[in-house]
Amino acid sequence: MTQSLPISRFMKRQAKNISQFWRQFSRNKLAVASLILVFVFALIAIFADVLYSYDFVTSNSLENALLKPGEKGIVFYQEKEFEHTFILGSDNYGRDILGRLVHGARVSMIIGFATVAMALAIGGFLGALAGYKGGLFDTLIMRITDIVLSIPTILMSIAIVAALGNSFFNLLIAISTSMIPGYIRIVRASIISVKDQEFVEAARCIGARDLRIVIKHIIPNITSPVIVQSTLNIGSSILWASALSFLGLGILPPKPEWGNMLSEAREFIQYAPHLLFAPGLAILLTVLAYNLIGDGLRDALDPKLKR
Amino acid sequence: MFRYIMRRVLMLVPVLLGVTFIVFSLMYITPSDPAQMMLGANASPAAYRQMRSDMGLDKPFLVQYAHFLFGYKHPVFGYKGLVFGDLGRSYVTNRNVFELILTSFPNTLVLATGALVLALILAIPIGIISAIKPYSAVDMVFTVFALLGASMPVFWIAMVLIYTFANNLRIFPAMANPGNFSSLVLPIVTLSMYSMAIIMRMTRSSMLDVMQQDYIRTARVKGMDEKVVIFKHALRNALIPVVTVAGLQFGSLLGGAVLTEKIFSYPGLGSIMVDAIYQKDTPQILGSVCFVAVTFTIINLLVDILYGFIDPRIKSAFTARKKRK
Repeated sequence: MTQSLPISRFMKRQAKNISQFWRQFSRNKLAVASLILVFVFALIAIFADVLYSYDFVTSNSLENALLKPGEKGIVFYQEKEFEHTFILGSDNYGRDILGRLVHGARVSMIIGFATVAMALAIGGFLGALAGYKGGLFDTLIMRITDIVLSIPTILMSIAIVAALGNSFFNLLIAISTSMIPGYIRIVRASIISVKDQEFVEAARCIGARDLRIVIKHIIPNITSPVIVQSTLNIGSSILWASALSFLGLGILPPKPEWGNMLSEAREFIQYAPHLLFAPGLAILLTVLAYNLIGDGLRDALDPKLKR
Repeated sequence: MFRYIMRRVLMLVPVLLGVTFIVFSLMYITPSDPAQMMLGANASPAAYRQMRSDMGLDKPFLVQYAHFLFGYKHPVFGYKGLVFGDLGRSYVTNRNVFELILTSFPNTLVLATGALVLALILAIPIGIISAIKPYSAVDMVFTVFALLGASMPVFWIAMVLIYTFANNLRIFPAMANPGNFSSLVLPIVTLSMYSMAIIMRMTRSSMLDVMQQDYIRTARVKGMDEKVVIFKHALRNALIPVVTVAGLQFGSLLGGAVLTEKIFSYPGLGSIMVDAIYQKDTPQILGSVCFVAVTFTIINLLVDILYGFIDPRIKSAFTARKKRK
């Protein structure tokens, strides 16, 4: 039993921290609402196939083209004819808008999380190296960061997709590359502010190796800015992906993606404004939600900013 | 100050080298073949090989990069190189790359300047009002507006504006061209939306911060007019971070006008770059991206110099740091 005591104490402390954090965070009603929205969108993304089958939202049925929201149409699908209500209307190929939005949510969700994870892994590692080791590493990494930052983000992404070819994975690379410099800077700055404090010195005195010091002592102390940045980045990543898809450099139709839905809608907005508003509002709400959660997290995690 | 500026200008050189190297490498691995592009699909293998060697494409990567920097000698495809301000000719239009940049850049500059001016004119007063009465109804409305502005996709704003003002109300045209002012309204509004949101939030938080300082209380206690307190005491100090953000925004407006220019079919640098990337027109891409990178860095430099004029403390802090070194 003596063994389990420290662990249970640790867990209690964690639980206390979390409940304290939650009390802070839940004061921000908008952030909580956004969290719920993101959660709902995540559920929709996960169960996209249950709600609408992928084949159905990607196959054309031209006789149902440009239906208004709520209109019914006869759909011929999997060698059967049945009546289908187009809740948000249909696009120029007669595909269900709501269904495409639902599957687009899945794509956006994957892009948001995957690009942030990639950028965090690479940028975090390089930033930690620059901040902790200093010297030549620092100079070299920061110079390269400055160089990358002086190329406009969108051009960098476009050039990467153009160079590597148009595929889902290359889109992820293009977006995460543009986020890496941000992570390098944040992680480096946080590490520099922590690494000369007494507890790090103490760890070094008892003979801890660099890797242990960084992982056990430094990283837990710099998570707040990284978490905030990552939340905001998920939003901007979704925005970038839709922008690239809009330019025809990301996810190409018939695959449903919010940006390419808008791109396809361009010529028809005159006759069918619902084509314009549904995907646009989907992007807007998602990005807004992540921004609000990020702001809420910043207020809750950073006591210095408490008002 | 002069030495500082000179040092910053010299620091441009490695940055530019890095930018060109990164973009050059990206273009090098791009699966496109300029020789094939020049000849068409039906060229004989011999002609193709001749073309590749004429264009210098059979040389190793670093040699080609050196050509790009210091020039390449050939009666048809030769150019003087980036160092001498000659970036060669476009593969597609056969026009001088730098010439095309210089004709399109002013168009982008007009758009970006218009957007920044609009953003500043609206965002700073709104930010001040929000900060004077924080958490009031007015503040809430503007905060929501700022949040929306920062979360809306640029291309969507553009499409909504086109749908409303060009297709339905028919006030402004959907296509923009540099000579016609009314056609510039929609792209400028589109482009300024995001910057406006960012500058508004920055002004608000910076003003809020300053308004809580002791010297503001002192000024009020002295019985000073509230207008004087806000505009003479608070605003000048609150503007420093706003200038930083505005400078950064201007830089990204110049480079980020890509989507806006594309949607409004506006002949700016952004749409030239995107077209060049679509057409794998390497010299044009390299030239334009380098040009944007230089402008971006110069703007950052100007912003840094501007600090000294707004806040004398920064200038003195800088000279003190130099003395210590």
